[in-house]
Amino acid sequence: MAVKKSSTKRSATTRLVREAVQKYQGDQDMLIQILLDLQSTLGWLPRETLEDVSRQLQVPLTRVYQIATYYKAFSLAPRGRHIIKVCLGTACQVRGSPRLLDTICTMLNLRPNETSKDMRFTLETVNCLGCCAMGPVIVVDRTYYGKPSTSDLKKILEAAK
Amino acid sequence: MVGKRLSSPQELEQLRKHILSRRHTEQTVITVCTGTACQTYGSLHVFQALTEEIKRQGLAASVVTAKPTGCHGFCEKGPVIVIFPQEICYVKVKLADVPEIVSKTLAQGEIIDRLLYLDPVTGQKIARDPEIPFYKNQMRLLLGNNRYINPRDIEDYIALGGYHALCKALFQMTPEQVLQEIKKSNLRGRGGGGFPTGIKWETTRNAPGEPKYVIVNCDEGDPGAYMDRSLMEGNPHSVLEGLIIGAYAIGSHQGFIYVRQEYPIACENTVEAIKQAEEYGLLGENILGSGFDFSVKIHCGAGAFVSGESTALMSAIEGKVGEPKMKYIHTAVSGIKGKPSCLNNVETWATVPLIINKGAEWFASIGTERSKGTKIFSLVGKVNNTGLVEVPMGMTLRRLIYDIGGGIPGGKKFKAVQTGGPSGGVIPEQYLDTPIDFDELTRLGSMMGSGGMVVMDEDTCMVDTARFFINFCCEESCGKCIPCREGLRILREILTAICEGRGRDEDIEAIEEIARVMQDASLCALGTTAANPVLTTLRYFRSEYEAHIKEKRCPARACKRLTSYYIVPEKCTACMICLRNCPTGAIHGAKNIVHWIEQEKCIKCNTCFEVCPPRFHAVTRISGEPLPPPPSPNTPVLRQKRGE
Repeated sequence: MAVKKSSTKRSATTRLVREAVQKYQGDQDMLIQILLDLQSTLGWLPRETLEDVSRQLQVPLTRVYQIATYYKAFSLAPRGRHIIKVCLGTACQVRGSPRLLDTICTMLNLRPNETSKDMRFTLETVNCLGCCAMGPVIVVDRTYYGKPSTSDLKKILEAAK
Repeated sequence: MVGKRLSSPQELEQLRKHILSRRHTEQTVITVCTGTACQTYGSLHVFQALTEEIKRQGLAASVVTAKPTGCHGFCEKGPVIVIFPQEICYVKVKLADVPEIVSKTLAQGEIIDRLLYLDPVTGQKIARDPEIPFYKNQMRLLLGNNRYINPRDIEDYIALGGYHALCKALFQMTPEQVLQEIKKSNLRGRGGGGFPTGIKWETTRNAPGEPKYVIVNCDEGDPGAYMDRSLMEGNPHSVLEGLIIGAYAIGSHQGFIYVRQEYPIACENTVEAIKQAEEYGLLGENILGSGFDFSVKIHCGAGAFVSGESTALMSAIEGKVGEPKMKYIHTAVSGIKGKPSCLNNVETWATVPLIINKGAEWFASIGTERSKGTKIFSLVGKVNNTGLVEVPMGMTLRRLIYDIGGGIPGGKKFKAVQTGGPSGGVIPEQYLDTPIDFDELTRLGSMMGSGGMVVMDEDTCMVDTARFFINFCCEESCGKCIPCREGLRILREILTAICEGRGRDEDIEAIEEIARVMQDASLCALGTTAANPVLTTLRYFRSEYEAHIKEKRCPARACKRLTSYYIVPEKCTACMICLRNCPTGAIHGAKNIVHWIEQEKCIKCNTCFEVCPPRFHAVTRISGEPLPPPPSPNTPVLRQKRGE
């Protein structure tokens, strides 16, 4: 039974990979774009997926891994349901983002790049989101928040179940 | 929607006239900024509510239309709304204001006073946006159109005369003439290096090998800079038009636009712009019937700062790891797949149509002797009017920060302005009257960079700033060459030690030596310039380094390990605000009982300092001197009688 379950799961990812590869007509130059698409659908890149990409696109697995580990957009481990990004760009830094990050770390009991045990949150830092005017900025999933106070933070985090 | 494809300049002109005839001059157009900053303040909801409210109140589409636009630049005051043709500007608009805007301003032309911009200097309300000092002192050649254009609608761009420059280039000029025009204009690359654009184009044009490629670099990674994002989001066709003209001059038929992954709206708008340009026959085969073919592909970055470097970016486009290579041969000659590849920044490409339309002489008449035209800066940090600012080259830093930026908030003192991102440096107060151009900023040890200007006030620690940039580069270094990889790591260790009060006398000398090696021996510009923030802070703020090392004191009271928080018992009114807000419960006290901070529990998050009402000013930061003992338990508040 367990075997069957994992094989259906396996064929589902294979299909996903096939679709992503076909979208770019199997162009090997598009490896990064293909991985970006898969990352956004799956939330992370499991080993089997990377193997599928390597096989279907006919590029060595080492190159797939090289890309997947080099760029920050890719994650090789499952991530939480909600991704919290704290901007540490210069403008946010000047306006107190390190303190904001500390407060969030304390609230969630997580350090940057960690995922909570219940898979609810992943905490990440970024080096500039390009909305410097409203710093310090945090992004929860795709919603931006500028200058959140401690009580705002509590509300924001509670709302993300 | 059949037959949109245009096959001659005449057809484009006809389409423009047709679009304009459909739009009545007496029609009121209300534009809502939907740039990322305004979206954060809820501008999308405001826009939706406006559309619904206009319908609900029965205003006809021929009388009033609402339009979402890209970034207007005045991000501090978002969401920003401008009503044409009167150019009435409302700032910080909330959902609740929408019905009133529709019933009063749109239906009756009445201005709502409370939504206008209040000039903090004169105390007067300003109704029209060209009169707001923030806009008035700018020269918005590139950014100005953002407020008229729905970035998802090519017809808005065409209505403003868009793609006219392309017609002129394709039908009235030879590729050589286009190239000469750009060379004559003295346009210099806006991405940071300031390399003459015309010469770069010529190099690619003359380089042997086919095909040739042209590339838009929108991998805007410099922290504190977001002008490329706003152009790409708000006016993508201006970049596309410049790119097509460049391709024509260079003899390229394939272009790439590389957009940073952190900019999802820019990616979406660019994809849409390419699609629409193809539908209108402005991209693809036989553009406007000229016989010139050109197509564009978009590549999304995957998050690597160093990928903005030209060789690294080209590797990324090839689907490889974005690591820089040694430039024995310039990428203009041997870039993507070894073919001649001309890479320019978003702003550079967007400037090209202006030069073709108005001529090289006009462009060269703006700016300083060696830096021509305008430049967009993102004015951020500790400044009142944060946002995007476009000014002619040669304006002084003081005018930019004080006249446009409105000075420093909270009555604090200006300390320095950081320009050029992690490759740049800090410029202290005594150089505020320096005109901004490529060469002047380099002379001060900083650089133009992509145009980030982060203003710092007396609360910003310069050693910590240097540590921040080194830490940034350390994380972003690809690790390929040793001077950059190891140099940065050691610099980070030394600077962290200084910030934490573990600095030693010989550290400054060590920093300078490592910086020299990195400048001489690193592979790419990330490494050779990474030490600039440290060297300029040392050059202008050496005393701060010495205070950290010798006295274990942070003059700005920003370095956590060297700073403690203390509530002055005589000033505390036991208002409970800090006590309630402290995230770790480190503050003790009660109603009428003076509050005090338990130092062991304090994580120095600054919350108490921020929330303590300014009229009490009871929470202080202490650095470099012993902490006074806490008050004895249950000290009652010293109440002052009124008038005392």
